[in-house]
Amino acid sequence: MATEVFKHGLGEPYKRKEDARFIRGQGNYVDDVKLPGMLYGDIVRSPYAHALIKNIDISKALEVPGVLAVITGKDLDKAGLAWMPTLSADTQAVLALDRVHFQMQEVAFVVGTSREAAADGVEAVDIDYEPLKVLVDPKKALDADAPLLRPDKKDRQPTNQIYHWETGDREGTDAAFVEAEANGVVIKQDMYIPRIMPAPIETCGCVADYHKSTGKLTVWLTSQAPHVHRTLFAIVAGLPEHRIRIISPDVGGGFGNKVPIYPGYVCAVVASITTGKPVKWIEDRTENLSSTGFGRDYHIHAELAADKNGKVNALRVHTLADHGAFDAAAQPTKFPAGLFHICTGSYDFKHAFVDVDAMHTNKPPGGIAYRCSFRVTEASYLIERIMDTLAHDLGKDPADLRLQNFIQPEAFPYRSALDWTFDSGNYEGALRLAMKNIDYEGLRREQLEKRAKGELMGIGISSFTEIVGAGPGKHFDIAGIQMFDSCEIRVHPTGKALARIGVQTQGQGHETTFAQIIAAELGMSPDDIDVEHGDTDTAPYGLGTYASRSTPVAGAATALAARKVRDKAKKIAAYLLEVDEEDLEWEPGRFFVKGAPGKGKTIQELAFAAYTNCPPYLEPGLEAVNYYDPPNLTYPFGSYICVVDLDRGTGEVHIRRFMAVDDCGIVINPMVVEGQVHGGLTQGLAPALYEEIYYDEDGNVHGGNFQDYLIPTSMETPHWETDRTVTPSPHHPIGAKGVGESPTVGAPQAIVNAVVDALAHVGVRHIDIPITPWKVWNILKEKGLATD
Amino acid sequence: MIPGSFDYLVANSVPEAIALLEQHGDDAKILAGGQSLIPLLRFRLASPAVLIDINRIGDLEYIQETDGTLHIGALTREAELDSSSLIRNRYPILLDTSSMVADPVVRNWATVGGNIAHADPANDHPATMLALNAQVVATGPNGQRTIPIEEFFTDTTFETSLRPNEILTEIRIPAPTERSGGAYFKLERKVGDYAIAGAATYVTLDEQGNVTYAGIGLTNVGPVPIKARDAEQSLVGQALNDASILHAADLAAAAAQPNSDSRGPAEYKRAMVHTLTVRALRKSLARATGGE
Amino acid sequence: MSIHHIRVTINGTDYEGDVDSRMLLVHWIRDGLRLTGTHIGCDTTSCGACTILVDGKATKSCTMFAVQANGREIMTVEGLEQNDKLHPLQEGFHEEHALQCGYCTPGMMMTSLALLRNNPNPTEHEIRVGISGNLCRCTGYVNIVKAVQYAAEKMRAAEQVPVNAGEGGE
Repeated sequence: MATEVFKHGLGEPYKRKEDARFIRGQGNYVDDVKLPGMLYGDIVRSPYAHALIKNIDISKALEVPGVLAVITGKDLDKAGLAWMPTLSADTQAVLALDRVHFQMQEVAFVVGTSREAAADGVEAVDIDYEPLKVLVDPKKALDADAPLLRPDKKDRQPTNQIYHWETGDREGTDAAFVEAEANGVVIKQDMYIPRIMPAPIETCGCVADYHKSTGKLTVWLTSQAPHVHRTLFAIVAGLPEHRIRIISPDVGGGFGNKVPIYPGYVCAVVASITTGKPVKWIEDRTENLSSTGFGRDYHIHAELAADKNGKVNALRVHTLADHGAFDAAAQPTKFPAGLFHICTGSYDFKHAFVDVDAMHTNKPPGGIAYRCSFRVTEASYLIERIMDTLAHDLGKDPADLRLQNFIQPEAFPYRSALDWTFDSGNYEGALRLAMKNIDYEGLRREQLEKRAKGELMGIGISSFTEIVGAGPGKHFDIAGIQMFDSCEIRVHPTGKALARIGVQTQGQGHETTFAQIIAAELGMSPDDIDVEHGDTDTAPYGLGTYASRSTPVAGAATALAARKVRDKAKKIAAYLLEVDEEDLEWEPGRFFVKGAPGKGKTIQELAFAAYTNCPPYLEPGLEAVNYYDPPNLTYPFGSYICVVDLDRGTGEVHIRRFMAVDDCGIVINPMVVEGQVHGGLTQGLAPALYEEIYYDEDGNVHGGNFQDYLIPTSMETPHWETDRTVTPSPHHPIGAKGVGESPTVGAPQAIVNAVVDALAHVGVRHIDIPITPWKVWNILKEKGLATD
Repeated sequence: MIPGSFDYLVANSVPEAIALLEQHGDDAKILAGGQSLIPLLRFRLASPAVLIDINRIGDLEYIQETDGTLHIGALTREAELDSSSLIRNRYPILLDTSSMVADPVVRNWATVGGNIAHADPANDHPATMLALNAQVVATGPNGQRTIPIEEFFTDTTFETSLRPNEILTEIRIPAPTERSGGAYFKLERKVGDYAIAGAATYVTLDEQGNVTYAGIGLTNVGPVPIKARDAEQSLVGQALNDASILHAADLAAAAAQPNSDSRGPAEYKRAMVHTLTVRALRKSLARATGGE
Repeated sequence: MSIHHIRVTINGTDYEGDVDSRMLLVHWIRDGLRLTGTHIGCDTTSCGACTILVDGKATKSCTMFAVQANGREIMTVEGLEQNDKLHPLQEGFHEEHALQCGYCTPGMMMTSLALLRNNPNPTEHEIRVGISGNLCRCTGYVNIVKAVQYAAEKMRAAEQVPVNAGEGGE
């Protein structure tokens, strides 16, 4: 009977438990929360990218029916809240005091009895601005005539440069390049990755509810990291942390957009404290696209040194990072450029050096987000692009060049030239599987035939290495809090379990996958294990879900907590069966006496005994908690191959096929993994061909609504094909690595490589994303290839 | 996100709608499908004091071919064009057009009349109506008048020759003759977007295969919907072949007045007018000669 | 302010209330009637998270005023399950893993329902066209297509509709 119960362990495509409420429209998202007496907040935002605030007149707004209050920066300043710390050791204006730094910056917060009243109030606030010179080009940030954007911190940062960061062996790398200039090959490429927005379909928002009588603040919040948010609220607002409760209920997508703390949250909290009523603030889409945490905006200059046969030797990368007006990038504090130095990728570089200069500009703050694994999207993009350029320059097949340079399986654990220790990998296996699945040889033959007829077909490869699971507490912290994670399991007398975890799903299926982890360890059905998260009053402290860390860190904590439960169950079994622990064997769901399999106890019997017949030398009950400090990060990887056909009349790129082979180690739920891959690929397609936020010279935002910010529909999105290899992580308790961001990391360059590959024979080496039809058409026209 | 306040009135008949328009004058705006108007209201880019909802006037939803003319009621939803076998079989250019308006859900409410009367050069039907030499019927307090589509659009953006107390009630299109065919090609960045450029072409051939009628309309490449007259003229009396098609496309591209914006540089848009005109004319020829 | 008394049938139940003419239908459904299954995802009628059926037509309820719904019949996601029995679409979305965060799902299912009622045997292309007004950020659409195909098959079996019924027709 125990073996029958254990059907649903690791590797099962178990249907999701959380679906039940979502398919009925009974999810509980923040905007679904309605409390008695609840008020609504709406934000007055600056039309100017850079301006002094001469005067704010709220008198007309206060006369609007239903408007109860208008909070300004001056009001917040009295409580020391006009500025708040960011996750990158900078400060950010909550409501602008004397000046605005980006278009759509928050200037005032209107509180009304209805959404309509608050919106009308916003229209009635009168602000006098004196426009200042605008800086939108980070390359001009250090010019003599550039406006100083942050006079508020000029004592510690006298220019617009936020930081310079570097890593690697500069001397050895420079020497390797000198050698390659003389006797080998040096490839240089500039690449710009524009600013993009994660744009989950649910925007950001909160309901803040402060009760004076208890001093308790409850905030329903679109949060990917509720505990960290609680601690930050305590620090920023000066409220006692045990009286703050953050509830991240159902979250409609995150992708990094729901990691920062936004001014709207702080204002809603202040408004609730001031009015004594719950206050709801939900941003609209335009606000979301024009002011919340962005991703990318990296101006990259990459150089690669190889020998004449294509064996790579050294990588040298210089990046100019545009963080907007406040450095609010969400990453571990010791890594201002995130994990960008994974950029040696899947290849065995002997030398590497990377440096990043970060600048302020008159744009919204950020910018580590959009399913990026802390800048791994940027890193993987540059290496996969420059490897393809090397291949084309040498006249080598891009697959062959990669196979020639992959880190070999026997080299793991592999210490990269930039000091990461990769846990495991089988890069050749993944690439060969992708090539076989898509009939790579056949495609190359077809490409030649088509080229002879003037048809432009391209094949692009991306063999990426990811780095996730942040991370070992010694090096990884968010706002000082070490990046461990947690799980607490309680098994009830009648054999059902309740588990709470420190991470926060936004669609990743944790209620199912984490139940499966426990189910596998304890031999129970996932049906008998419910997983909760998101309420900081009940869930153990965790750092949240982003950068694909849930499975590597909280998943490990969950497995280990479950093993603690099993260990205690074993002790109870020994007691009940009157044997020593060493005489017991485990099969899923049951301990039995070695050599006497009929003599055993199921986990359910042991749970019951924990409460009714507990060994006198043990505490009663059956529960365990584990806080897991990972020993290392994990390194998922994969190979993607993309086939494109170009329309010579319009420049449109048609993706004919896309084969994605992923390796995320041991797979908990292949159905969930495949879904993550489909979604991540779509968020890789989007930046490659469609999405972009840009600013004109006056700092006006373009792409700030869904009419212009081009989220792919079902028509732009190809039918994704997926497969997998399995290379477990040797240090993870269940060998799992995490997968959520692999496809966003790996996909864009597969597409770009394909488009460039279609045009490489006429000398095209690079096209910056998004690859719009007119970018392609300009090339076609220039090369005499444009038709009708 | 939240519109300003307005008064809301329902018209249950055309005369009632006209009477309300007369009563409220400049303060009032007709609410048909609302798929263009309501977004403007939500962004407070338009703030009429009064909305007159005409969606209940069921008499204005019809697609009928009688006496050599296709009559489309102004309130006919794009989705009805999408699913009409009459349109698909005899007026496929209209299906080409309706199926490119916004997205399928919006098309359940968006109306053909609204798409034309809103006079947005980015809307799709104007170009097609120009190519088809359509007429619109305007109904006012003194009855109906028929306006040729060329006279319906003025040279000012978002302006038509509808009087303030008139509503558009019908669109009329000549029924196809034996050797006629048309097509609409719209290049868009993604489904749901306005056109980067669009070209509608319609030709009628005589028994020798020479063009007796050519209509060419362009979408979103100027301040108003554009009728490419020189291009049309260049085809009349000619055989429709690669040479004449390319020449007409050159002239159509020259007639475009595109701006550079987030949908592409002006030079690109102009080139796309060329490409789309070529493709639309080739398809028009195929449809006219029974190829499709 | 312009207040109107409206009567609307939603999922077979009659509702009435006084609404300001500028109140969006989606806000009345969600805030007024507390049917919060219909969601808001944008402000440009682009995302379709707010899709419901109004008189049988898939409708973006953010682009309609509540007053316009007076006297009409509405169906929202809450109306899919009948007598404790899930609709084939709900089953299909669950079976085929066609939802992750669940936020676009109600709108996606309502659009799909209208699609299948008009076209009981759609091809993959027809499904993709049909749902092209509904954005999903999580799933990449592949499984949503499968879910609609699953539902189509179940609904056809239940109705015993001939396979060719989806072609043509006005």
